[in-house]
Amino acid sequence: MLKIENLHAQIEDKSILKGLNLEVKAGEIHAIMGPNGAGKSTLASVIAGKEEYEVTSGLIELNGEDINELAPEERAHAGVFLSFQYPVEIPGVTVTNFVKTSINESRKAQGLEDMPAKEMLQKIREKSELLEIDRKFLSRSLNEGFSGGEKKRNEIFQMAMLEPKLAILDETDSGLDIDALRIVANGVNKLKSKDNAVIVITHYQRLLNYITPDFVHVLHDGKIVKTGDASLALELEAKGYDWIKEEVNS
Amino acid sequence: MSKYTEDDLREELKTKEYEYGFYTDIESEKFPNGVNEDIVRAISKKKNEPEWMTEWRLEAFRVWLKMEEPEWANVHYKKPSFQDISYYSAPKKKPKLNSLDEVDPEMLATFEKLGISLLEQKRLANVAIDIVMDSVSVATTFKETLAEKGIIFMPISEAIQEHPELVKKYIGSVVPTTDNFYAALNSAVFSDGSFCYIPKGVRCPMELSTYFRINESGTGQFERTLVVADKGSYVSYLEGCTAPQRDENQLHAAVVELIALDDAEIKYSTVQNWFPGDAEGKGGVFNFVTKRGICENNAKISWTQVETGSAVTWKYPSCILKGNNSVGEFYSIAVTNNYQQADTGTKMIHLGKNTKSTIISKGISAGKSQNSYRGLVQIGSRAENARNFSQCDSLLMGNECGAHTFPYIETKNKSAQIEHEATTSKIGEDQLFYCNQRGIDTEKAIALIVNGFSKEVLNKLPMEFAVEAQKLLEISLEGSVG
Ligand SMILES: Nc1ncnc2c1ncn2[C@@H]1O[C@H](COP(=O)(O)OP(=O)(O)O)[C@@H](O)[C@H]1O
Ligand SMILES: [Mg+2]
Repeated sequence: MLKIENLHAQIEDKSILKGLNLEVKAGEIHAIMGPNGAGKSTLASVIAGKEEYEVTSGLIELNGEDINELAPEERAHAGVFLSFQYPVEIPGVTVTNFVKTSINESRKAQGLEDMPAKEMLQKIREKSELLEIDRKFLSRSLNEGFSGGEKKRNEIFQMAMLEPKLAILDETDSGLDIDALRIVANGVNKLKSKDNAVIVITHYQRLLNYITPDFVHVLHDGKIVKTGDASLALELEAKGYDWIKEEVNS
Repeated sequence: MSKYTEDDLREELKTKEYEYGFYTDIESEKFPNGVNEDIVRAISKKKNEPEWMTEWRLEAFRVWLKMEEPEWANVHYKKPSFQDISYYSAPKKKPKLNSLDEVDPEMLATFEKLGISLLEQKRLANVAIDIVMDSVSVATTFKETLAEKGIIFMPISEAIQEHPELVKKYIGSVVPTTDNFYAALNSAVFSDGSFCYIPKGVRCPMELSTYFRINESGTGQFERTLVVADKGSYVSYLEGCTAPQRDENQLHAAVVELIALDDAEIKYSTVQNWFPGDAEGKGGVFNFVTKRGICENNAKISWTQVETGSAVTWKYPSCILKGNNSVGEFYSIAVTNNYQQADTGTKMIHLGKNTKSTIISKGISAGKSQNSYRGLVQIGSRAENARNFSQCDSLLMGNECGAHTFPYIETKNKSAQIEHEATTSKIGEDQLFYCNQRGIDTEKAIALIVNGFSKEVLNKLPMEFAVEAQKLLEISLEGSVG
């Protein structure tokens, strides 16, 4: 589904990704871990097509197609979804209106009509139940005055509504209490199928108790320096990142 | 009214449309350029006006001669030469349209985008449309339905003939001829406009609507609107404008007077879309409008406006809260793009006890435009317990535009409670990227953000008007970020 080869990316002449390789197949869950400032969010932004980041070399392929020249919305239409580490506020635009616009814009790009209101409502009901979201919440302005946990849950709600092929969750676990974490993880697991894939970016092993990754990667200084299975996450939790840094440097 | 269906309306308007439709090549009878007492007299004569009206105009004209154009507004433009304008033009014959091809395609395109294309324009079952074309009203609909309730809704020139006592009593009572430069000029030379009277205790069953339009190049447009809501009555009045593309600047100096007697309520909504000039700032309408309403006891006046057009806008819909417990409201969205300049806001004059006013102003600036809010809240010495809440929000797009807020507060009564809030924000790259990531392209994202920003005001508009206004916001900002 996603293939990244020798990716180099920079922002304002500061190089951040320095030869990153990653392959994610349909049906897989990948976890990317690493210390603060390693470049995890940068990787997510580059995959999603944020224009401030310049890809200086390397390749990003989605389903065999080079997506480097695609605008962010075109990547979204192709099924890329990013759950933001810091979701932005859009005053006066309700969650419902935003999600509706989002779904219909994607449908339009695929040459489909707007989703009928009835279907939309049904879907909203279903997904908000799955994520235990109070429907009143959906009439509030997007992210305005939301708690950290509400913002993250709202991201996953949007993901559930949009049903992406490739979902990247950037520190979705931070700011969630243990109950919310369970609900969100449960939501992600329910949405998981053999046709889609998830990349979970996280600091902590905590989330991975609920979402079991097929692979765990350690991102350090713009590169993936170690890959293992779920047990690697436990090892990182126990020992921290220093031993990996040492391994890399030696 | 209830039996009158949308189909009836469509049918009626289809015929009206072809009779009176938006036609660009109307042979008009036009006065020579310039203004003097003879011209003022001639306008009055043309309209077959009674002596008192002619005198009223002349008095206004004499006042105007001694006045100077105001310069305090935050706008800069080449002043129109008042002697280069023709002050009267009337369609000589009813235009006949052979096909849509004869209509200015630019205008058609705009109508279409707004969802008010010629064919479906007549849209709303509960809207009576009094189309003012150039300076003479050429169509009035729904007169009979309104007449049943005793409601008078007609061109002001007719009202002067048919209801002189009402017009004489109220015209100039809120905006005196001496009020300001443009109001004085308007009083002297106004050619037409609308008159509306709602009798005691009557709730007007439909939104009254007027479409204004400038048709003749170089013809100044001086509309005069007078709305009188008698005791305990209610009316919602809609005013919307479109103007075809022009090379020369066109002057528009309207006067609107609202009178809400005891316990009456007037809602006055405007969507203003005069030609703003091209991307270089060339052409475009100068819009210098005086709008003011007076509230007697327990009366309420709400001004709601969506301003997207004009090269230069100078406009302060105001309320004189004369009666006790009266309420004034001002909800405004002003969009400026390219080289547009807007200096707009409101005046809330609290004279009565327990008077209340609310001001919500949303300014959106893009391109190289300048957008100013200017508001005055004045509390008179006898206005015990007056309250005002003002909120002025500005949204900037890009780095070359400007937003300015000039709130003035004058209080002569210590019991007044006045609150003022102001914010300025910018559409951020992060907001756009967030929307893009959700499959929403930048153009659509801007529309979404702008609509969200403007929501409190859009919500005040009658439903159908709100939809149109929303589209208008999108069109006005097309291509403003990229
Ligand atoms: N907009 C930016 N401008 C300059 N430097 C940035 C910007 N965004 C991120 N960086 C830098 O890039 C590095 C990687 O950041 P990030 O991808 O956010 O790391 P992580 O998500 O792994 O904590 C950090 O050193 C950070 O300071
Ligand atoms: Mg990060």
